[in-house]
Amino acid sequence: MAAPHETGKGLSQGARNALPLILFMIIGFAAPLLAVIAYSFMPPRSFGLTHAPTLDNYADIFTSNSYISFGWSMLFAALTVALLALICYPIAYGMARLFGRWSPILTLLFTIPLFVSENVRLYGWILFLIKNGVLLGTLKSWFGIEPESILFTPGVVLLGMVYVYLPFMLFPMTLGVSMVPNETREAARDLGASRWQVFREVELPLSMPGIMIGLLLTFVLAVGAIAEAKVLGGQTIIPITHDIEIAFTYAQNWPLGAALAVLLMIVVGTLVMLVLKRFDLDAILGKR
Amino acid sequence: MTDRGRRALIWAWTLAVLVFLYLPALCILLASLTASRYFLFPIQKWGFDWWRKTFESLEIRQLFANSITIAFCVMVIAVVIAFFGALAFARYNWKGRTVFQKIVLLPIFFPQSVLGLALLLWFNAVGIQTSWMTAIFAHLVWIIPVVTLVISIQVYSFDPALEEAAFDLGASRWQVFREVTLPVLLPGIVSGAFFAFLLSWGNFPLSLFTTGADATIPKYLYAKMVAGYTPGVPVLGTVSTFGAALLLLGGYWLVTLRRRAQS
Repeated sequence: MAAPHETGKGLSQGARNALPLILFMIIGFAAPLLAVIAYSFMPPRSFGLTHAPTLDNYADIFTSNSYISFGWSMLFAALTVALLALICYPIAYGMARLFGRWSPILTLLFTIPLFVSENVRLYGWILFLIKNGVLLGTLKSWFGIEPESILFTPGVVLLGMVYVYLPFMLFPMTLGVSMVPNETREAARDLGASRWQVFREVELPLSMPGIMIGLLLTFVLAVGAIAEAKVLGGQTIIPITHDIEIAFTYAQNWPLGAALAVLLMIVVGTLVMLVLKRFDLDAILGKR
Repeated sequence: MTDRGRRALIWAWTLAVLVFLYLPALCILLASLTASRYFLFPIQKWGFDWWRKTFESLEIRQLFANSITIAFCVMVIAVVIAFFGALAFARYNWKGRTVFQKIVLLPIFFPQSVLGLALLLWFNAVGIQTSWMTAIFAHLVWIIPVVTLVISIQVYSFDPALEEAAFDLGASRWQVFREVTLPVLLPGIVSGAFFAFLLSWGNFPLSLFTTGADATIPKYLYAKMVAGYTPGVPVLGTVSTFGAALLLLGGYWLVTLRRRAQS
């Protein structure tokens, strides 16, 4: 920014523009997280913040079987991310390289589901998979076969998660793949690299920033998933978010729920920090 | 494999995934057009009865009013704060910028259900009763960063020399903002507004904990789904799906028209 236009009241122009957002994030994001941390040290089943701090809730967690829910959440998030990476890469490649003028309209079609509440979309899967629903009803009336419904099994929860979080993997990945300059790829080919070598040595490393953002985003969202297991899983799987919700609602044990939330935040926060630290956001988002 | 074979394969895969994405919406549409109380496929009797019944319900009208009010307020506030946020994010080179960029991203990379609970605790700790107003606040925590990113992408392609030129020609700060900065960044602002409205409209995890007694459509649908089947659910689901699709396609169409008119 050119100097003559600086009014120079201590804050730089950038800082002044950032100020409303920073203030909002302090009261809307930082303060609530601090509240959660504070609650997690209150005695079990208390509702105020005025009691003497205690570690009882954390002790409760480590002696309970919450670690099973933790494990389910992590496992399903990891599986979701792995499947989505495989599903989305060819599409991202197509979006960035092959589809040309069809790219914008395809992007739009992939965006629309993002704006429909996830539970509505999951509900569609129930109608598709349920006994006498679209799939089984068709099989029955056309072929006369009546297989068991796969609804309310762990596999369907995974399907639901893959389905809900697909756009969150696809878009950062597309961004990443389109960052690979065509010249680099052609140069590698001209120098005699095989298609596999080009992919491993050029394509993948250069599109890594976008891919990593996609992996991270879907993992974080999938760890926080709550509707999939409830709507599609019929309680065959209890994710950690469900434990947290139960602690806040039926059990009326806010401090325990807060302690569980803190543990989840620590896992997610560490991961996000580790990954984000390594990337230059300007380069990913297209600074010229 | 030949290049053409590979191309066809990628096309086929992409279209297959799109079918996968839209399959549930299709099922919901079919279910909403069933005349009977329970959904059985193939459908024996078609009808619009459930559509009529749903729209005659006062409770549902109230839900629509709640969802639209929240989404509209979120859109206006988010766009204003995110616009300046985006300038700080992408336009100016200032000392705290890299830290600021990470702060903007943190709420996006955070499980929304946990964020919703955290906000519920926070409202409780400071003694605020949850209602549609607290829901607006909660949506903003997540949506402002998203909109900031969307506008930032436009800001990155903005040439600061345009502003400088206007200043050199004697324009005031306000004139430069109104005549140069705002028009150039308008496409980013418009898409940011679309994102804000639609993300708030469809949000469930934040609304679940922060709306108090004022339910939104996603929250109401969830309660109905967990409780069992009523044909009102597919009707509302269809409305919210097609509403979002129409809004986006309409916006896309407007943008292409504008672009054509310009060139």
